[in-house]
Amino acid sequence: MIINHPILGPRDAQEFVYLGDASLMNRPDTMTAGIEAFHDWLYTRDNPAGLHRELWYHEQGDRSWLVVTRNTLTHEITQVELARDVALALRRSK
Amino acid sequence: MMAEMGLVAARERATLPGTMRQRMHHMRYSGFRVIAEALRGHKGWTPAWRDPVPQAAYDYVIVGGGGHGLATAHYLAKEFGQARIAVLEKGYLGGGNVGRNTTIIRSNYLLDGNQPFYEFSLKLWEGLEQDFNYNAMVSQRGIINLIHTDGQRDAYTRRGNAMMMHGADAELLNRDQVRAMYPFLNFDNARFPIKGALMQRRGGTVRHDAVAWGYARGADSRGVDLIQNCEVTGMRIENGRILGVETSRGFIGAKKVGVAVAGSSSRVMAHAGMRLPIESHVLQAFVSEGLKPVIDGVMTFGAGHFYVSQSDKGGLVFGGDIDGYNSYAQRGNLPVIEDVAEGGMALMPMIGRARLLRAWGGIMDMSMDGSPIIDKTHIDGLYFNGGWCYGGFKATPASGWCFAHLLARDVPHPTATAYRFDRFLKGRMIDEKGQGAQPNLH
Repeated sequence: MIINHPILGPRDAQEFVYLGDASLMNRPDTMTAGIEAFHDWLYTRDNPAGLHRELWYHEQGDRSWLVVTRNTLTHEITQVELARDVALALRRSK
Repeated sequence: MMAEMGLVAARERATLPGTMRQRMHHMRYSGFRVIAEALRGHKGWTPAWRDPVPQAAYDYVIVGGGGHGLATAHYLAKEFGQARIAVLEKGYLGGGNVGRNTTIIRSNYLLDGNQPFYEFSLKLWEGLEQDFNYNAMVSQRGIINLIHTDGQRDAYTRRGNAMMMHGADAELLNRDQVRAMYPFLNFDNARFPIKGALMQRRGGTVRHDAVAWGYARGADSRGVDLIQNCEVTGMRIENGRILGVETSRGFIGAKKVGVAVAGSSSRVMAHAGMRLPIESHVLQAFVSEGLKPVIDGVMTFGAGHFYVSQSDKGGLVFGGDIDGYNSYAQRGNLPVIEDVAEGGMALMPMIGRARLLRAWGGIMDMSMDGSPIIDKTHIDGLYFNGGWCYGGFKATPASGWCFAHLLARDVPHPTATAYRFDRFLKGRMIDEKGQGAQPNLH
């Protein structure tokens, strides 16, 4: 798979480390959220067959975190964003 | 004349009550039968199972006609005396992971939650062919896990002790003992020298397709309806209780529904609104061209992820890591093929002379601690079996037995009490590799 890095251009997926569903960015506040909400965030996944937004870390490159939108049925990558931009947009929308 | 007789027989069968019909259909396999049929020109063989039309309702509906689902139905009928059972399969029987794995059986786990279960499974494998009257080619050819460092020897010594304490067999082999078995291994590799092995002689291989067929035949002969080309498209749930499943062949009512569809668990359980502690990942496997006998057991490389055995047809059957990203594609990518090939070359350099015949992929339920789930759900009458990661094949008999136990008696089997949904909430993970909630590392 080739991941089209927003800054560096097309890079082999082998340069990256896979973390998982991009919803892992939305960690609940442990001081206010209940244990069940924290459990659901840490241990359960939507695991869709189809489009999946997921976190990849460019360990062998610029060490940026990316949010990659990829089809789990075909492995086709349709969108790549810097996780920083996604996080900032998320914060603005709150 | 023959055709006419066949027609009469068919008409007679159609009027017989259900149990009689099943008995007529069921044929016992034996060496004598093979000889008798050979003398008769093999005209007496009958189909191994019926192809029934789904009834309006059953007591038990098992979703998934793979190894685990078929084993569940077989044991529900045979060991737990239950009736009115159906297995619903989206495609054809045994067309999923039970026909895609690398056929290894073993019970060499470390943790208390796992080892008794897998040892129970290995014991069931040992009596399986007599149990379901089918040649599954169970071959206890022995499995060795190679040791490359002193630390690894300590870890495997501990594992072997844990196995023996749960009644399984384990032996620690030194370097010379391994060399006597497999002289061609790369013992003096500068980086990964082979220093010994943990051996389980009762481990081995089984003809994987025959496991599905044997369980299917065993279940069918006890009146279980095996319904193929029947995809579950929804679940009818009212007031917290399941009433049945919507399928591509209409609604089928059920008092209890057991889902055993590892690989697709999240998709099926989403029909019940459930979000599982599971990610689906692709695992590749490989087979070489047919070669003369060279590896008579199963072995795993301890310094990378590579394992290999040789099929009775002569192909080297091997595999390694999952690809490591969510996938439902049933095919992987080249980097993992390269990684597996490197593992093979480090272990036994002569493998480089063999040509690869086939590579394929299957979809694994990778759970959050690397261990499975056999449990009730919060919905009355809905039960779940999944999260087998890439260790589901060896578990097939015990998985079926324990799931049948749970379905029939509503309490977990003594060897499967730890496989609960709530273990993540309660902090009772069964994490053999100690990787935490990172499914692609298990």
